[in-house]
This record gives sequence, structure tokens and C-alpha cells, in this order.
Amino acid sequence: MPRYLIRRLGQALLVMAGVVALTFVITRMVPGDPAVAYAGPKATPEQLAEVRERFGLDEPLWVQLGAYVTDLLSGDWQTSLHTRRPVLEDLYHAFPASLELVGAGLVIAVVTGIPVGVLAARFKGRLPDFSVRLTSMLAVSLPVFWLALALQTVFASHLGWFPVAGEYDSALDTTSPLTLWTNITLVDALITGNWPIFTSTLSHLVLPALVVAAYPAGVIAQMVRATLIEEASQDHARMERALGFRETTILTRFALRPALNPVLSLIALVFAYAIVNGFLVEAVFNWPGLGRYAVNAISHSDTPAVAGVTLLVALVYVLANLVVDLLQGVVDPRARAR
Amino acid sequence: MSTPAEAAPLRRTLPRVTDRFALAGAVLIALIALAALLAPWIAPYPPDEVNPFDSLRAPDGAHWFGTDAAGRDVFSRVLYGGRTSLFIAVTVLAVSATAGVLLGVVAGYAGGWVRDVIMRVTDVFLAFPALLLSVALAVVLRPSVTTVIVAIAVTWWPWYARLSASMAASIATRPYVDAARCLGVPAHMIILRHVLPNSLTPVLVQVSLDAGGVILTAAALSYLGLGAQEPTAEWGLMVEQGQTLFTTNWWVVTFPGLAILLTAFAFNVLGEGLRNALDPRRIVT
Repeated sequence: MPRYLIRRLGQALLVMAGVVALTFVITRMVPGDPAVAYAGPKATPEQLAEVRERFGLDEPLWVQLGAYVTDLLSGDWQTSLHTRRPVLEDLYHAFPASLELVGAGLVIAVVTGIPVGVLAARFKGRLPDFSVRLTSMLAVSLPVFWLALALQTVFASHLGWFPVAGEYDSALDTTSPLTLWTNITLVDALITGNWPIFTSTLSHLVLPALVVAAYPAGVIAQMVRATLIEEASQDHARMERALGFRETTILTRFALRPALNPVLSLIALVFAYAIVNGFLVEAVFNWPGLGRYAVNAISHSDTPAVAGVTLLVALVYVLANLVVDLLQGVVDPRARAR
Repeated sequence: MSTPAEAAPLRRTLPRVTDRFALAGAVLIALIALAALLAPWIAPYPPDEVNPFDSLRAPDGAHWFGTDAAGRDVFSRVLYGGRTSLFIAVTVLAVSATAGVLLGVVAGYAGGWVRDVIMRVTDVFLAFPALLLSVALAVVLRPSVTTVIVAIAVTWWPWYARLSASMAASIATRPYVDAARCLGVPAHMIILRHVLPNSLTPVLVQVSLDAGGVILTAAALSYLGLGAQEPTAEWGLMVEQGQTLFTTNWWVVTFPGLAILLTAFAFNVLGEGLRNALDPRRIVT
């Protein structure tokens, strides 16, 4: 285990270094002279030289990369051109809201995806299986932004069952202000017992979380169905059948547990995907997370902010994968050999 | 992504595609492709014909899908949008599959440090979800259909590299490859004649599974304003342009969205069916 741990950690560090380098390259791919872009087209040669000097643009590229890495490590993720605040500070405020949304979405996805997958496996080749396969396939084919718009129009604008946009009713900030602990509104409201904000956030969360859940729920259902069907044809399942266990019991009590391991790694994979998909959902529902921040940054050509979001999500992805791999290494010794 | 260790060649398994899902997917794709190809002949109006007096007409006999705010026929634009989407998907998949498979096969066959270097680079690219890296690239480059293609292709090739590397690594140890090596066949000939053709089957399945994802990603980029620009007919862009009208003029947003859904669905269904046919034991992943 220690050897596996070290090898896996080293691999993750290597990938993170690559992620940083790639982000750097992308931010430097801006066509034209970045100094001109910053100082404006009417800048004099002296002003341009000063800008180059200030941002180190006259240094060789690898020196610039070195400076970039040093800055990142010391917490300087550059300043947003749009909000004029340090990018890291913006991310610190936006990321918890995204986590809240994606977390809620993944919970819905797991809670629906697993039972639905079991149902399909139990009735393989029959009507329940067919409808589960059809629905899950539709769920992974839905354009998220369109689903978000559709749900918003029908359930918020027309029927008025849920609020149209935002994270919670901002009027509550004055009547029952929220004490921040984790920056995740739902959690903070719960631990400080702030019920008005808690219920308001919950009702704002329903629609966007459902949209975020659609893709992972579909993938999880398909995965659970496939692994259960495979498990049910294994020797242990034959023995359980011979012992007189009912088919449903075999699936839920004996086959489900080994099937959960691939589902766990799937969730890690889907997690980063859900954050990025959440960008579109946040844009539609005006959710104050990374996505809305990124979309604002896009419309203002705010390269430092986009680079910051990119870097953060990629690092989170590498970390999530690392955690899942290590967990699996603990649970399943066979995984360490890979 | 683990690969089926022994996938039969595609031509021998194609007749076994009896799965109703796969068949439905193939028929749907054929219809969509046909509609896109024949758009200039079947579209009742030019896609960019602006008609201020006909703006925001509800669907009727003259305009099957209604008209948008500029009075353009939504049905014609949906047909033309198919051309954009399919063009993007085909180009992205051709570029990324070619690049990925070549790198992957070399990595898998060569093994050792060559494989390590290629696979670590692959890992770095895989750490960026496709839409994320595309967003970053599209912000830096100027938004256009070409940018979308470049951005998605850059994020997509690593999957093929990884897939074909593991295939190639298992093929490199087969007796017939050893035999070829003993006969003094040069490495590049072994790769081209033996390793490459035999690693292609799972890649082809993956390509048809990925087409739906590429179409969704491209539409999302256009929706964010990072892809196709006015007056190009593109489904994601059409949804973006109509989104404020959803409550009052549902057709402007609904039909392009349905087109994206249907196309992605068709490719996903076909891909799953192909995978079932190639490896009945691994049903879905």
C-alpha cells in the first residue's frame, strides 16, 4: 500500500504540473501582442515597453512559466479584468455555490440512478428494462441548457411552483442574515438554524439540481444495470439461486455491493463533468457559482478569470480521481496492482 | 476505460446488430443526415431570409416550426443547423480519432518510456472536461465554427489515445506480431499492417458513442456565444437567441433543442447497440 500510495501521488503531482503548464500555454495563446491588448491600441512604444517590463513579457517563455507557477503557489491567481478583484478571492466565493448545486445534483442522481438500474437489471429484456434504457439514454442526450430553460419556463415562469432564478430570496439578507462558516449556503443555514434562508435555498435549488442530475442519473443507471447483469451471471449468484434466494434478493444483497465500485469511480469522473455542465445551468438560473462567474468572464474576454476557473476545475478533477483511486486501493487490493 | 480484450472484427459482427435500439439509432441518423444534406432542396425558405413582417409567427401550414424574431423560418434553420452540427461532429471525430489512434498505437506497441510519456501527456489533457478546455480555448481564440472544432478536438483525442494504447499493448504480445518481428519486418510496417487494423474496432464503437457528446458540447459552446456566430444556423445559437422568448414564443427555442436531443440520442443509441453487438458480455458502461 505505501508504494502504491507514493506512485499514485507522484502521478497526480505530475498531472497537476501538466495542467498548470497547459493552462499557462492557453492564456498565452492570445492572438496578437498581449501588451497591446492590455495598454490599448493607442499606447506609445514607451508605454508598451513599460507594460512588457511590468508583466515580464520581455522574458523568455520558460521564465514566464516559472513566474506563473510561483505566483500560483503564493496564492496570486492574477486579477480579474472584469471584477477587478483577485481571481482566487472570486473563486473562493463562487466555488461553494457550485459545490452546493453539483452536490445536490449528484445526490439526486445516485438516489434515482441506483434503484432504477436495479429495476432494469431485475426485469432484463422486459418492459421496465426497456423504459429505463430509453429514459437513461434520453437523459444523457439532453442539452443541459435547453433542459434548464424548459424547466424554468414551465415550472417557474408558468406554474410558479419554484422561484425563477437565484440562490435564495435576497430580501432575507436583511431580515435573517446568514452567518458564514463553510460558504455553502445550505449547510451554513442548517448549522446556524437559519430556517428562512434554508427553505428559500432549498426551493431555489430544486430545478437547477434536477437539471444537473439528469446526465449523471442516466449514466449511473446504465452502469448499475450493466454491472448487475454481469454479476448475476457469476458463480456466486448461481449458488445463491441454488440456495433458494429470490432474484431481487440476489441483486440487492449480493450483486449490488461489488457493482458499487465502478459506480464510485464513475461518480468521480462525472463530478468534474457535472461542474462544467453546471456552468450552463448556473447561467440559466443565475446561480452565483463558478459557472455564472465563468460565463460573465467569457462575455468580457476576461482571460485571467477563465484561466482561474479552468485551473481550479482541472485540479479538483485530478484530486477527485486521486481520492477515489486511493479509496478503491483500500477497499479492493486488486486495484493497487493496476 | 477498459477495453474488451478480444473484440471481433467489425465486419463479422455487423450482421449481429439485431438490437432494436441500434437499428432505430441507425435509421434516425440516416434520416437526420439526409435532411441535413438535402437542406438546400427541402428547406421551404432560405435559412437567413429576414422578413420583419413575419416575425414570431406561431407554427402553421406556411411555417411548420414558426418563425423567429427576425421572421426567419425556424424549420429551414433547423435543417441547415443540422449541416453545421454534423459537419462539426464529423470533423472533430475524424481529427481526434486519427491523432489519438496514431499516438495510442505507437505508445502501446513501443511500451517503455515512450508509452509513459505519451500516457502522462494524455492524463493532463484528460484532466480538463471537454467543455471546460473548449471554453478556455474559445475565449482566447476568436469564436467561430473552426474554433469549436479545434477546441473540442484538442480535448477529445486523449480518449482514443488511451483506448488504442491498451488495445495495441495487448496486440503487441500476440504470436503473429512476434512472428513478424522475427522475420525482420520493420516496426512501422508491423504497426500499420497488424497493430493498427486490429485495434480499430473499439475505436469505431467509441466514435459513434462520442458523436452525441461532440454535438452536445458544440451546441453548448455556441449557446455560450463561443461558437457559430450570426447569421449561421446552429442549434445551440438558435436556443440562445430565442431563450428570452421561451415563455411567449415557445417554438423558437423548442425545435432547435429537440433537434439537438434527437441527434445526440440517435448517436448514443447506435453506439450502445454497436457495443452490445461487439461484446455481448459487456452490455453498457
